[in-house]
Order: sequence, then C-alpha cells, then structure tokens
Amino acid sequence: MPRFVRRLAAVSALALAAAAPAAAKTFIYCSEASPEGFDPAPYTAGTTFDASAHPIFSRLVEFKKGTTEVVPGLAESWDVSEDGTEITFHLREGVKWQSNDAFTPSREFNADDVIFSFDRQGNADNPWHGYLPGISYEYFSAMEMGDLIASIEKIDELTVKFTLTRPEAPFMANLAMPFASIVSAEYADTLAEADRMAEFNNAPIGTGPFSFVAYQPDAVIRYKKNADFYGEAPKIDDLIFAITPDASVRLQKLKAGECHLMPYPSPADLEDIRADENLKLDSQPGLNVAYLAYNTTVAPFDNPRVRKALNMAMNKQAIIDSVFQGAGEVAKNPIPPTMWSYNDAIEDDAYDPEAAKAMLAEEGVEGLEMEIWAMPVQRPYMPNARRTAELMQADFAEIGVNVEIVSYEWGEYLQRSTDPSREGAVILGWTGDNGDPDNFLAVLLSCAATGDGGSNRAQWCDDQFSDLITRAKQESDQAERTKLYEEAQVVFKDQAPWATIAHSTQYVPMRADVEGFVMSPLGDFTFETVDIAE
Amino acid sequence: MLRFLLAKLLYLIPTFIGITVVAFGFVRVLPGDPVLLMAGERGISPERHAELSAQLGYDRPFLVQYLDFLGGLFQGDLGTSLVTKRPVFDEFMALFPATVELAVCAILIATLIGVPVGVIAAIRRGSLFDQISMTGALVGFSMPIFWWGLLLIIFFSGTLGWTPVSGRISLLYYFDDVTGFMLIDSLLSGQEGAFASAVSHLILPSVVLATIPLAVIARQTRSAMLEVMGEDYVRTARAKGLTRGRVVSVHALRNAMIPVITTIGLQVGVLMAGAILTETIFSWPGIGKWMIDSISRRDYPVVQSGLLMIAAIVMVVNLIVDLTYGLINPRIRHK
Repeated sequence: MPRFVRRLAAVSALALAAAAPAAAKTFIYCSEASPEGFDPAPYTAGTTFDASAHPIFSRLVEFKKGTTEVVPGLAESWDVSEDGTEITFHLREGVKWQSNDAFTPSREFNADDVIFSFDRQGNADNPWHGYLPGISYEYFSAMEMGDLIASIEKIDELTVKFTLTRPEAPFMANLAMPFASIVSAEYADTLAEADRMAEFNNAPIGTGPFSFVAYQPDAVIRYKKNADFYGEAPKIDDLIFAITPDASVRLQKLKAGECHLMPYPSPADLEDIRADENLKLDSQPGLNVAYLAYNTTVAPFDNPRVRKALNMAMNKQAIIDSVFQGAGEVAKNPIPPTMWSYNDAIEDDAYDPEAAKAMLAEEGVEGLEMEIWAMPVQRPYMPNARRTAELMQADFAEIGVNVEIVSYEWGEYLQRSTDPSREGAVILGWTGDNGDPDNFLAVLLSCAATGDGGSNRAQWCDDQFSDLITRAKQESDQAERTKLYEEAQVVFKDQAPWATIAHSTQYVPMRADVEGFVMSPLGDFTFETVDIAE
Repeated sequence: MLRFLLAKLLYLIPTFIGITVVAFGFVRVLPGDPVLLMAGERGISPERHAELSAQLGYDRPFLVQYLDFLGGLFQGDLGTSLVTKRPVFDEFMALFPATVELAVCAILIATLIGVPVGVIAAIRRGSLFDQISMTGALVGFSMPIFWWGLLLIIFFSGTLGWTPVSGRISLLYYFDDVTGFMLIDSLLSGQEGAFASAVSHLILPSVVLATIPLAVIARQTRSAMLEVMGEDYVRTARAKGLTRGRVVSVHALRNAMIPVITTIGLQVGVLMAGAILTETIFSWPGIGKWMIDSISRRDYPVVQSGLLMIAAIVMVVNLIVDLTYGLINPRIRHK
C-alpha cells in the first residue's frame, strides 16, 4: 500500500508539473465557504464579496488598498455642490467590460451602467429588481440608500449626477462598498432578451481585475486575469478559490502547498504557523469591536454609575489572554484604534473590584441578580462568548453581583436581544462595513437604532451623543468630523451604555513565497497585487 | 416475484408521505428563522421582517405551506434555495454525484474487507486474528469520524505527504463535468495524470467513511457465520467428506450472507450520515455538507427537499436489498 501510494503521489506530482506550464502563474486561495451567488448586490456575507465584488467588479470609488480611504475607481473625479446634496461623477473613459460565451460587449462602460446598477436595487418597478425568487437588497436598504438618493441623472455618456435628499458624509464610503459594484446594463439586456436572467447571478460580467471562469459549488471557483483591467494588471494569470470549510484542514493544505494563502486560522494553531519556515503570518487589528450591552432603560442599569461600576469589575485583560489567546486587544472605545477619529486620549475604566463594590453600595444596589447573554456562535470579533460570559460571571461575583448566563439559538438571539424590555446584558459585536465611524456609532448607538429590531442593543438614546453624531454625518470636512466623533466617544465613555470588551486581531497565514498580499482593514481578501516568488 | 415487488412498492407510498411531513416539519421546529439570520448583527425592524417573510411565503399557516410544498413536488418543483436563489433540484444534481462516488467507494472498501475479515474471524474463532480484528472493529465502530479524518490527514498528508489533504482532484486540472463522477470525468478528459490525482484524492475520505460500515459488516459477518457453522447441514456436509473450503464457501457463506446483505443495505443510511462529516473535513463537494450549511442557515426549501430526496434514495436502496435477498433466499419471496 505505501509503495503504491508513493508511486501514485510521484505520478501526480509529475503530472502537476506537466499540467502547469512555467509561463502561467496560478494562485490558490483556500477560502472558507461557498459564495451565496455572484451578484454582489443581494448578499451580505464577506465570503460572497471576496468571490464576487472584489475580483470581478469595480465601483465608482474604491477603498485604497490596505486602508479605508476612498479613492477614484470607475469615477476619475467628482464635484460636490455647496450644500453637499449634489455629487457629479466624471467617469473613466475606455473601461472595457469582460465577456463570456453568452455575451460580447458592444460598448465600453458608461453612465447607463451606473444608473442601472443603483436603479435595479432601489426601484421596485425596474424589471431586474426581482429577477431572482425572494431576492432583496439588504445592504442597499441597510445603508438607507433608498431614502438618501433622490435621483441619478445621466448628464452625458461619461457624467452622472447623484442628487441626495440630505447632505451625508459617509455616502462616498458607501459607494465603495461591494453592494455598490457597477454591473453591465448591456449584459442585463442581453440576458433578459434570451430569458436567462438568473445567469446574471451565475455567470458574472464586470470590469474588475479578474474575470469569472467557472464555479463548482462547495469545491472550486476559477478566475483568470482580466487583461483589459483599467488599473494595474494582476501579476498572476489564474486565481483559484479552493473552498475548504474546516480551519485545521485549510492549514494542512497550506502546509502541503495545496494553496498559497488561507483566511481565519484557529488561534490555537498560530504558534505552529509561526514555527513553520515554509509559512509566514501577517496580522493587523481588525475593524471590529466586541461589547457587553446593558439595557439602559431597565433599572438598575438605567443608572450610568451602576454600569460604570460593573465595567470596573471586569478583568478585560483576562478575557484577551484566555478567550482570544492573545489575538486581540482590550477595547476602551466603541470604535477600533485603526479607524480615523479614534479618541486615544480616553482612559479606560481601571479594573478595580473594590472601587466597583463601593460604587454599587453608594448607588444603593445590593444583591444584584442579572443575566448575561452569550452568543451560541463564534464570530470574527468573539471566539467564544460562553467562556467570556463565564469570566464576567466570576468577576461580577467578586463584587456581590450574581450572574446567570443565558443563550439562544443564533437567529433568536439576534432578535430577542433587540427587545426593548429585555432584562439581561448582551454580548455581541460589530465588524465595520465601510471604515466610516458613522457605521459604528450611528448603527450601534444612535436613538434611531433603538427599539424592537434595531441594532442599538443598549437601547441607549443620549441627546448630546445623538446631536454630535448627526452633526458629524452632515459635515463634509473630515477634520471637523473627527472632532465631533472624538467628543462623542467622551460622552459614550462617561455614560457607559456598554462594557467595551475587545478588538480582535486578524491573522492571515500564507506560503513564504507569496508576495504583495495587502491585508484589508475591512477584512476583505483581494488578490490583484499578489505574486509568487520564482 | 412480481407480486412481491408490487407489495414492496405499495409500502413505499405511505412511507414517502410520512417523510414529506417529517422533512417539512423538521426544519420548522428548529428555533430561528432565515430572515433573522440574513439580517445578522444589524437587526431587522418588525415591519421589514414581516415584509420579507411575506415575500417568501412564510407568513402563511403551516398547512398551506405544506400543501404548497406537496403541490410543488407533484409538479416536479422542489423549490428554490433562499440563499443562492437557485432551484434545489439543480443544486442537488450538481452535488449528488460526488456523494455517490464517495459512498460507493466506501461501501466497496467496507464490504470487500469486512466480509472476508468476518469469515476468517468466524472460522478461526478465538484465534489471535479473531481477537485483533474484532477489537479493531469495536474501535472502528466507536471512532468519532471528525477526529479520525483529521488524524489521517495530519499523518498521511501532513507528515508522510502521500495523499492530498482535501478536494476531489488537483485544482491544476481543469475540464468540464460530463458525468459528475470525477473518476470517470478525469479519464474522459484525457489529461495525463488526472485519473491518478482523482484516485489519490478519493483514498482518505473513502477510508474514513468506510470505517464504521466496515466494523459493522465484519462483526455481522462473523456472528452470522458462527451461527450457520453450527447448523446441522454444515455438520452433515463436513461428515459427507466435503473439504472445509467448499463447506464454508458454498454451504455456510451463502446462508450467512442474508443478514449481512441486510446490514450492508442499512449501512447506506449510515453512509449518508457519515458523509456529512466526511465531506466537511475533506472539503468534498457533496450533499452532506450542503445539507449542514442549509440547516444552519435555515434554508427551508433546501432542507425539506434535500431530506426528502436523501430519504427517497435510502428507500430505493432498501427496496433493492429486499429484492436481492429474495434472489438469494427463495423462501422470502414466496412468503
């Protein structure tokens, strides 16, 4: 048996060498799940965007590699009107659409494509609005694009004007998000005529650095370099996603050279990866936060000093050491340190059980019983909520607070935690969509997000805080916005609607010969800059 | 024989209806719903939730939804996945050959090794071989598949480098699906080394998936053989002066095979369950992994129709098993 297998392995290795001519460079990425589909607009998962929006499509504006700074994309430049409600985009000339067996473009990218890309999401009368059964445009509605965009006009072939209902600074960052990818209106027409509309989601056509070749569900996605890409051409010829759901198996594949790069290693494997000389490990702080949200409308948690006392009783460093196994840092603000306007001058509540106990006594709180909710799933910002809750339980017991840990099925958990009459404090977190502080502070802590089904799990509505973030949203000058957000973080710290727990660190293991991979603060995996050393 | 077949087929009808109820009910008694999972941490307002539920038809009474599901089935419509928006039938057919390929290899390994091991263990009852093989069978039967699969990967792929870690074929080979069976398609592709690559990818997952059925079949064969070997006709055959080999292969084995074939048939259900874990570990693109993903996303149409199709396949295999021992043992078909 061993000899047979060895011979087989030798044969396959030879065959591999034969099958891959030296000229073509193939890069294999061991991705962690299948994409939901290839149309970037109706979906919400990062895995889907890594397979669709990032390699295949481009947007009017893009996030500069490795940052959340908005830079020109399909739009070369733009003018913003005095009142901030009219944005005129000047589109790049000569951008070619990709082609496939069913479609050969007759024209280059133009204003019609931009209008179609947004109209199909927001306009229920557009024939493409419901082209798949049960389709909905979750990001388009979550980013309130429907309320925000009053109209989109074609000025000429290469000029488009967006009119907004109100000035909104994060709008440009929204346009760099995957859901705002520009799709081909001509391809849509071709498919509609052939009565094959579902192909739009299965055989995507974009203007991005790679074009789609083939997809076998749960197995492999193939792309090839788009030689006509308007930006810098990719250095690799073929890009392959080998779908490998289990983290340990991904690592074994990486070690065996069956792929070049993988996402989401288990924290327990990090030491092993560092010790392997064939591999290297990139890391950066993730654009995320894990928190414990009190219900600030229920006594005694409506008292900021009670919340503050509990925060002081929490040994966050112990959580980082034991739950995150060091792959994270203690959070003091609701936004991560890599985000602009992060207020580093703020001091975290010191871990001091004695002072916490005294503070509770001053507020007349004795024999407090409370629930802590622990999520049943692992998330990028929280490796193990149950274990975190147990550590908090032990910490709170020291100051005489008796904690009961509860959990629900994930969907139930998400829903019940938004109930305004909820008693318990909830462990949850957030990963940024577009790098704008508004995407954390307004989504998670604004008055508008309170109530049943809202994402403000603390039900915290503070006039001063709300005023600051609303002004920041309407202000277009980033320096001014920074000041307002910094001030908002001071109010947050003072009022303590959450205990901020941690910002997790992202790790990306890869083969030592991989060059040019740039980690994205948004957690995207993009490959137009990667190369394999000869 | 025809009456026997018809009677068996008639039994399938109520069973099938029962399965539609279970398949439909199963995913709905789980807490959580697909709309909430789609919304994630962002949350969803009660209005938007109601709107999306209505769009998907989940605001209607269960009975109406069930009848709708049944109505679709009779028209050959298994529904559309909530997540991928693709027809469930298309998804199933794209993934099913991979599972069949894996399951067939596993059942072959389990039978071709399990039956001889069981026979030898029975003939040499109490010998060292018997003790080692039956202890091995017990260990194999109790092995957690997930752990066992990873162990094999780390040893054979990681340490020794003999087999690939996961997948169906080296990704550097690229050809169109013809049959969906990688062993066949790789041969048809005419690409040098493709078939060898497909075989080497199939070894570890088949061994892992075969482990439990192999243990069960070996133990079942051994006990069936022991029982038959004690029968009067075997002693008579020996007394007539027939060789030991002839007695075992003609008189004992054929009779002992009846419970063994039942066991092998029942292992098809076990294989489907084992495939879920095996496929996940080895990134094997089959229906097991597809079902698991769909359950965790509460993709109702996929779960209910997927379960139904898997159950239908297990039923058909069991029917074939029933017919097979009608062939081996004429007494059964004449009953």
